[in-house]
Amino acid sequence: MSDDREDLEDARDDEQVRYDQARYVEDGQYEPLLSEKDLTRVEIGGRDGESSGDADDAATDSPLPDDLTRDALELPELSEPELARHYTRLSQMIYGIDSGPYPLGSCTMKYNPKFTEDVAALSSAAVHPDRSERSVQGTLELLYRLQDYLGRIGGMDAVTLQPPAGAAGEFVGIRVAAAYHEHEGEGHRDEVIVPESAHGTNFATAALGGYDVVSLPSDDDGRVDLEALEAALSENTAALMLTNPNTLGLFERDIEEIAELVHDAGGLLYYDGANLNALLGRARPGDMGFDVMHYNVHKTFATPHGGGGPGAGPVGVVEELAPFLPAPRVREATDADGSSGTETSYELFDPEHTIGTVHGYQGNWLVLIKAFAYIARLGDEGLADASAKAVLNANYLASRIEYEVPYEPFHHEFVASAGDQDAADVAKRMLDYGVHPPTTKWPEIVSEALMTEPTEVESRETLDRLAAAFNAVAEEDDETLEAAPDRTTARRIDQTSAARSPRLSWHALADRDE
Amino acid sequence: MSFDIPDDRRYLESHEWGHDDDGTVRVGITDFAQDELGDVVFVELPDEGDALTQEEQFGVIESIKAVSDLYAPVSGEVTAVNEALFDAPELVNDDPFGEGWMLEIDADDADELEALLSADEYEEQIA
Repeated sequence: MSDDREDLEDARDDEQVRYDQARYVEDGQYEPLLSEKDLTRVEIGGRDGESSGDADDAATDSPLPDDLTRDALELPELSEPELARHYTRLSQMIYGIDSGPYPLGSCTMKYNPKFTEDVAALSSAAVHPDRSERSVQGTLELLYRLQDYLGRIGGMDAVTLQPPAGAAGEFVGIRVAAAYHEHEGEGHRDEVIVPESAHGTNFATAALGGYDVVSLPSDDDGRVDLEALEAALSENTAALMLTNPNTLGLFERDIEEIAELVHDAGGLLYYDGANLNALLGRARPGDMGFDVMHYNVHKTFATPHGGGGPGAGPVGVVEELAPFLPAPRVREATDADGSSGTETSYELFDPEHTIGTVHGYQGNWLVLIKAFAYIARLGDEGLADASAKAVLNANYLASRIEYEVPYEPFHHEFVASAGDQDAADVAKRMLDYGVHPPTTKWPEIVSEALMTEPTEVESRETLDRLAAAFNAVAEEDDETLEAAPDRTTARRIDQTSAARSPRLSWHALADRDE
Repeated sequence: MSFDIPDDRRYLESHEWGHDDDGTVRVGITDFAQDELGDVVFVELPDEGDALTQEEQFGVIESIKAVSDLYAPVSGEVTAVNEALFDAPELVNDDPFGEGWMLEIDADDADELEALLSADEYEEQIA
């Protein structure tokens, strides 16, 4: 060993030498340091405590009152490469769909093809929403066509693109249903029925919409219990909210009978688009008897998912409900004499009994462009192929894992049971195998649920790797699981402290450091 | 694993206890319940002066594992609420029969407690 090397070893022992990008493991081996916890390179208030530039002089000469001036600007002083490395390192500390498979059941975390970003980044897409209709005919045509695409995919007669997220779409759908009942003189209807296995947003939507929530138990097969539904329906029923296939991935076989029961009671049938991925090009909620639905374009049509938006949650309705949709919508323009002009043009209009405006202008335009581009690229055959592969992938993966899957036959997702293991521990341990875990502990109908949805985008090799991770964890003991993860950037989180004394802003971090 | 089950009080099947002290009934959850719940992070309790009926829901307890409803062992008016739990919900874990108490109820009829489980019966239930 050279003297230099010895010095280095000694220095390391004294913790005098610090590396920005690596930490010593053993036997002269280093591993990448995917952490920004050592903030010596990101100092607030300037390097070495020096204040920025001539701020002192500037403050002295200021005509402003003293309490409105400051001596130094508290900005990090970093060179461009330092800043680039900071953000790159942060990006390496997370796991996303661009890193590997992401089988969060019910969330449909599918890969977003990059061409949709290219389309949305075209300079012609950068239009100001206040421009005159005549000068943005291309924009309006795209919105019109997307309304049409979504309507045909869902079997709906009219579509609004305005809601900015899936949950916002749900809220709009329920508000539209309420406005319809009110208009029909049925405003006394004050109950919305939601299956107990439904997404939490359904209960919240109904409650926020001013309705009493009636929870509907599942039958032994994991589907809607028809007798319980009949008992729950009454002259006070405004709507039944349902997703199909349901949360267990099971197709509600009795959907026609369900629709008939709800309609006979004077209620409307609401379709939660969360699981539309299983139906694309094969079956349509409108044909099943649904009256109103929302589309999760971030699940089904590959627009960005998560991160707080911007998103989009278009809503489709049958003809009777169309006059209540949010304003404005887009339609083909007609000339004064009622005939179409020689060239088709498009215009905005307010539906007759609109519930109002729920978001600025026509919704999140750039997100809608991506949904349009995705649908246009795939076409009828491509969409049908996507749902076929989503179902095939879920079934292939389920056949390869050792955990039991109690409810079958499922479609685009399945709910396995972790059995005697804690599902949350299983999830944390899967991180150590370099894959994202499934949704856990929900729906509660399956004990220690591992709700898994691989999506259509994964290859057989990736699914095998995912199955290997499931099966490796299935063999492990509780001690290992409870200590997991131990190979990730952030280790086991102290959930109790996080819940009892949460740090909700950087101020809490600053307080801690003092 | 064995749990504390003091025999000076009565128990609901839903794991709340009621301890009568001359008509004032103190209410909490059992050692078994806190163990099942795991680390308690939040407790929602009624206001002083609220009227409760036996077995009526009076609050909500949240742990890192679950959210559960809390039920009253006896009818009456809430005369005291253990506000210490709002800042230190861990008291429910540390001392469920003592410092982790939740309510005091001025019982309409403290004999209502007689209808609930005895310590032996409760022990049988959780065995």
